[in-house]
Amino acid sequence: MIATGQTLKAVAEIKGRSLWVDARRRLARNRAAMASLIILALVALLAVLAPLLSPYAYDEVNYDIIACAPNWWPAEAACRAPGHIFGTDSVGRDLFVRVLFGARVSLAVGLVATLVSLLIGVLYGATAGYLGGRIDTLMMRLVDILYSLPFVFFVIILMVMFDRNFILLFVAIGAVEWLTMARIVRGQTLSIKQKEFIEAARAGGVGPFDIITRHVIPNVVGPVMVYVTLTVPGVILTESFLSFLGLGIQEPLTSWGVLISDGADQMESAPWMLLFPALFMAVTLFCFNFIGDGLRDALDPKDR
Amino acid sequence: MMAYALRRLLGAIPTLFIIITLAFFMMRAAPGGPFDSERRLPPEVERNVKAAYNLDKPLAQQYLIYLGKLAHGDLGPSYKNKDFTVIQLIATGLPVSARLGLSAMTLALLLGSLLGIVAALKQNHWQDYSVMGVAMLGITIPTFVTAPLLTLVFGIYGVSLFGHELSLPVGGWNGGAFANMVLPVTVLSLPQIAIVARMIRGSMVEVLRANYIRTARAKGLPTVRIVLGHALRAAALPLVSYLGPALAAILTGSLIVEQIFGLPGIGRYFVQGALNRDYTLVMGVVICYATLIIALNFLADMAYGILDPRVRLS
Repeated sequence: MIATGQTLKAVAEIKGRSLWVDARRRLARNRAAMASLIILALVALLAVLAPLLSPYAYDEVNYDIIACAPNWWPAEAACRAPGHIFGTDSVGRDLFVRVLFGARVSLAVGLVATLVSLLIGVLYGATAGYLGGRIDTLMMRLVDILYSLPFVFFVIILMVMFDRNFILLFVAIGAVEWLTMARIVRGQTLSIKQKEFIEAARAGGVGPFDIITRHVIPNVVGPVMVYVTLTVPGVILTESFLSFLGLGIQEPLTSWGVLISDGADQMESAPWMLLFPALFMAVTLFCFNFIGDGLRDALDPKDR
Repeated sequence: MMAYALRRLLGAIPTLFIIITLAFFMMRAAPGGPFDSERRLPPEVERNVKAAYNLDKPLAQQYLIYLGKLAHGDLGPSYKNKDFTVIQLIATGLPVSARLGLSAMTLALLLGSLLGIVAALKQNHWQDYSVMGVAMLGITIPTFVTAPLLTLVFGIYGVSLFGHELSLPVGGWNGGAFANMVLPVTVLSLPQIAIVARMIRGSMVEVLRANYIRTARAKGLPTVRIVLGHALRAAALPLVSYLGPALAAILTGSLIVEQIFGLPGIGRYFVQGALNRDYTLVMGVVICYATLIIALNFLADMAYGILDPRVRLS
């Protein structure tokens, strides 16, 4: 068919769909992922607004209402605490506000530690992938070696050494998870390097920096994003593991891990102390997992 | 095959070395020492004690002395448990932890694979969704939540099964009695069952799409035969490479499980040692764990080489 002026105009008006728009549509169709995003946004909102949502402070001790159930608790309870939606903990602090402050800390640890592992992993993996050859082999050999070390042991030793420093906690937990990130980034960098469109861009005269920013990075970001959303639950779990051993956040600050381990001790006499933080943590972790799975399906339709 | 084995072995030794070095320098760099919490000793006595434990020498020299002793199998005395050497403490704790860990691994591999295969065969049906849902639960709920929960249900309240009261002991090792092992092993293996199930389902789904599987089905082979005889061998490959990290995860989890159920294993020694700054004990336990993991990694690499000839011939 000979292209007339009219057909050319019609063709020009058909907008192309980029990879991201496609992925976004697939993600939007994934109901679990969408629901998870909404729930997660809600939890984040609650965490941010924590001080405004309760008349009690998170470290306000009240020895009159130790380990009391909320008024609406259906089962038998030794005492009731009117005005405390989730009841009180073992020194009479309001559990609701503590769960929300715990959300702040846990989410903060999750995000910051994941960022740390992202930074280390991306730097390491991109360097290995880009340089290639022997340096790449050596760097990946090191990753293989470190892969099966139980990093958590070293984190425990670190936390004992430096007396549970807040910043160190973030960095140390982030350092536990960087290995897989490095592997993913390196794999992606390697496969991108070989593609023809990179060669075409080079032949077209695009400078290396522009190649990296406009071609390499957008193609690397996909799987990395998936892994980031799947790392956050792991990080939150590691933090709660440390809190259980008594090596996590210092009092009176709290995280879900601390609340859960306190609640686990009182499980028979005051089950609400375990129930609410565990519920919040489980729901948040589920959401991250669903979103991660949804992203993975959206960006790689082959996987279905 | 031998060349492959040798290559893998040569890779394992520097790993062990790195771990020993890391652990040594980290513990030594820690503020505070092993004798700080006790009464202030008179300075001459303190000097003698430090000399006896080689703590007055420069760090590098201490390191070399430690390596030398290690080569002779001497892990040193425990700084806190004065009557025992580290080797003795590990010797009492290791069989317990080993039994716990091995049982948990076996359970995770067998049950996880079974669930993963079922989910893959019935992909996108209710069996798939329910298995994956339970797997998600297993991964997200931490061990120190499932442990008290299961203890409450099965240990304290008891469950009546077909008219028989079923109540498990809630703690203690009791010489490794089966009843005492049920709860700890279950709790420890739950996250790994979940991870293995997801992994096997993922790789099985891919393998089942292959042409040779379609041929087998077309030839009329029963599904069980196809899965066990053909698909499993290919699908198990990612699982074999996960064995090392799985063991690391189980060892990490055993720290909590041993604490909650009061089992006399080396996990408890590690936590106590770290909190008490018992240098030699912590290092001994770390070296012990590291050796186990490296040994298992080596075996897993061998198994991978046997299962997938492409790897050893490359």
